[in-house]
Amino acid sequence: MAARNIEDPRSNAMLKALEDQDTTVAFDPLENTMILNMGPQHPATHGVLRLLIKLDGETVLATVPELGYLHRGYEKIAENATYHEFIPHTDRLDYLSPLSNNVAYVLAVEKLLGLEVPPRAQYIRVLVSEMARIASHLVAVGSMAMDVGALTVLLWTFREREKLLDVYDVLCGARFTTSYARIGGLQQDWTPRCTAMLNQFLGEFGEDVEEVERLLQNNRIFIDRCEGVGVISPEECVRMGVTGPLLRAAGIARDLRRDVPYLVYSDLDFNVVTAKESDALARFYVRVEEMKESASILRQALDRLPTGPVNAMEPKRVLPRKERTYTRMEELIHDFILINTGIDPPVGEVYHAVESSKGELGFYIMSDGTGHPWRMKIRSPSMTNIQALPLMLKGGMISDIVAVVGSLDPVMGEADK
Amino acid sequence: MALENLQQEGFLLTRLDEVIKWARKNSLWPMPMGISCCAIEMMATASPRFDIARFGSEVMRFTPRQCDVMLVAGTVTYKMAKVVRKIYDQMPDPKWVISMGACASSGGMFRSYPVVQGIDQFMPVDVYVAGCPPRPENLLHALLDLQKKIQGEPQLGGRKAGTAEEGHASATTVQSA
Amino acid sequence: MTNAEITEKLKTLVPASILSVEEFRGDLTVVIRREDIVRVAEVIKTDPALAFDLIIDVFGVDMYRPGERFEVIYNVYSLAHRRFLRLKVRIPEEDPTVPTVTGVWPGANWHERETWDMFGIRFPGHPDLRRLYMPEEFEHFPLRKDFPLMGIPDSLPLPRR
Repeated sequence: MAARNIEDPRSNAMLKALEDQDTTVAFDPLENTMILNMGPQHPATHGVLRLLIKLDGETVLATVPELGYLHRGYEKIAENATYHEFIPHTDRLDYLSPLSNNVAYVLAVEKLLGLEVPPRAQYIRVLVSEMARIASHLVAVGSMAMDVGALTVLLWTFREREKLLDVYDVLCGARFTTSYARIGGLQQDWTPRCTAMLNQFLGEFGEDVEEVERLLQNNRIFIDRCEGVGVISPEECVRMGVTGPLLRAAGIARDLRRDVPYLVYSDLDFNVVTAKESDALARFYVRVEEMKESASILRQALDRLPTGPVNAMEPKRVLPRKERTYTRMEELIHDFILINTGIDPPVGEVYHAVESSKGELGFYIMSDGTGHPWRMKIRSPSMTNIQALPLMLKGGMISDIVAVVGSLDPVMGEADK
Repeated sequence: MALENLQQEGFLLTRLDEVIKWARKNSLWPMPMGISCCAIEMMATASPRFDIARFGSEVMRFTPRQCDVMLVAGTVTYKMAKVVRKIYDQMPDPKWVISMGACASSGGMFRSYPVVQGIDQFMPVDVYVAGCPPRPENLLHALLDLQKKIQGEPQLGGRKAGTAEEGHASATTVQSA
Repeated sequence: MTNAEITEKLKTLVPASILSVEEFRGDLTVVIRREDIVRVAEVIKTDPALAFDLIIDVFGVDMYRPGERFEVIYNVYSLAHRRFLRLKVRIPEEDPTVPTVTGVWPGANWHERETWDMFGIRFPGHPDLRRLYMPEEFEHFPLRKDFPLMGIPDSLPLPRR
């Protein structure tokens, strides 16, 4: 029977939601179901996700995920901040790949303004987005393996990630939450030292991914724990609005970099990785292959990196460089106005989405002509992916929950906004 | 009788105190309350490059009953505050709290309706770490600061077990390097 | 299909439901009558030339104007044709309800819950309309323009020190 010591009405509503999902309660106490709370603080929930699971012995009958433990009020903050002020906030959305969030937001604002960015900045944005994708997938692969029991993989993937974070350190000044992209360009230019570091990383990356794969691809325990677990059909994925590696592991080749190209992805040559089985193992391998594809994109982009300016030539919208702000009058005035009142966009609404490592990350901006957006909506891929979680867990065992949540790779910073 | 005299004068306890303090400070097992981005830097601190285990934090036990220090890493919302406090209450004495990052120390960059502006509104804190997120070296510095603090405070006799407020009378802040 | 072709197709299929069509920076927004949203949703999902089968987003906007205060926006994507479309519904403050589209796109479930949580817009017919982000006992709707950024004091409980 359901637990009766409930003091807050919220869990009443959730228990009611659990009970409505077609189960019956038998008279024999051993026949009854149990509701287990996999609470917000848990080693394997990838952040603060709360799962209420109805169990019949060890079989999962129904699941109700509960979000909101990391709801920070981004959209309300966006209505009160200028467009430039919001850039550091976007770092903290999908905090495993902060650079791709920066780029996504800045692309949406530039679409609103109708601003064209010089080609060098576009290539550098591609470079940092793909680096962010690799960094995020390294954590996803590592923590999924760790949740299933292979602890070594996490330590190895974090070692790789540290190399990427060193490149960020040299490029942007910060290891992690970088706020690198600016409206109209980037904060600072790509240097030859970054090229050297990235080349060195790419030289070693192939073997390191091979090492990780070698650990796991014939590992009986890993395969048994992940194969056939958390299966969701492609039609269900489309109905629930799932995007990203989950959709691709179900067989549907949707990748915004190819379907609705942005930046210079239409000039670059890469494959869209799909799989057929749509179970946890397939998602794992989709992510590993995507890392290899990203490495190849990085090589191509590094080869083709053009020279030129990094910021667009629009003094009324693009923040001037600091040394010019401190020494010249025009730039000082522009900097003052841009920081205090913000850019002046046209009235209208735009939506722009990029393919982040979790799926489709989109920003909808409705502008009323002032320096603050009237409404900013962040379309977060993790929230829609978690919506499909009850379908994946239904009928499985309790120990599969961890493998499935690991293969889903939710990031609560963006799911809860 | 003689033993009590010695106890009153603090002789026996001083030596025992030092040993206990040394043991406690060098084996601080953290309880990772990893909530958001700072949790990733906490994981990086545990990773081979910055290795928190060499300072005694050998394992990050996720059960509060086996931990000494709680690392609150990330933004604490009102919804999550109840959970954090519950877990803090489940930790056995002696316990310490490191508030990692700007969000846990003061609400950080999120000055909005659901975010608690600092965990010291509902729990006592020993060390505040500044940074968004703090670099792993910063977190290690905070751990070393906590060890110095433990070395300084009297463990037996002078410290009342059970009332955590006494032990957290003075909190230190670690600036980001 | 270009934006103009989509507009033409919609005007032939559901002419009475379309209130206006806007295009800005290549994005097409179609304003639909509130009562017809479910029918229009079915039409654009099943028609093979349109085939908008992936629901991307459903959210509300508080325009803070007299008359029709709120707007509910549906962002959909077509996998076959690789395009986005935006549907918009305008609703007044006295009766903030919109029929639910979870029958057409089940993925809109949590998005509508978020809209209820943040704006107070009801979706009759929704299987499970609870708050998504704020605690269930929270009494206000945070993203409305009259809710302050720092919140209302004592509206959320905090454990005692």
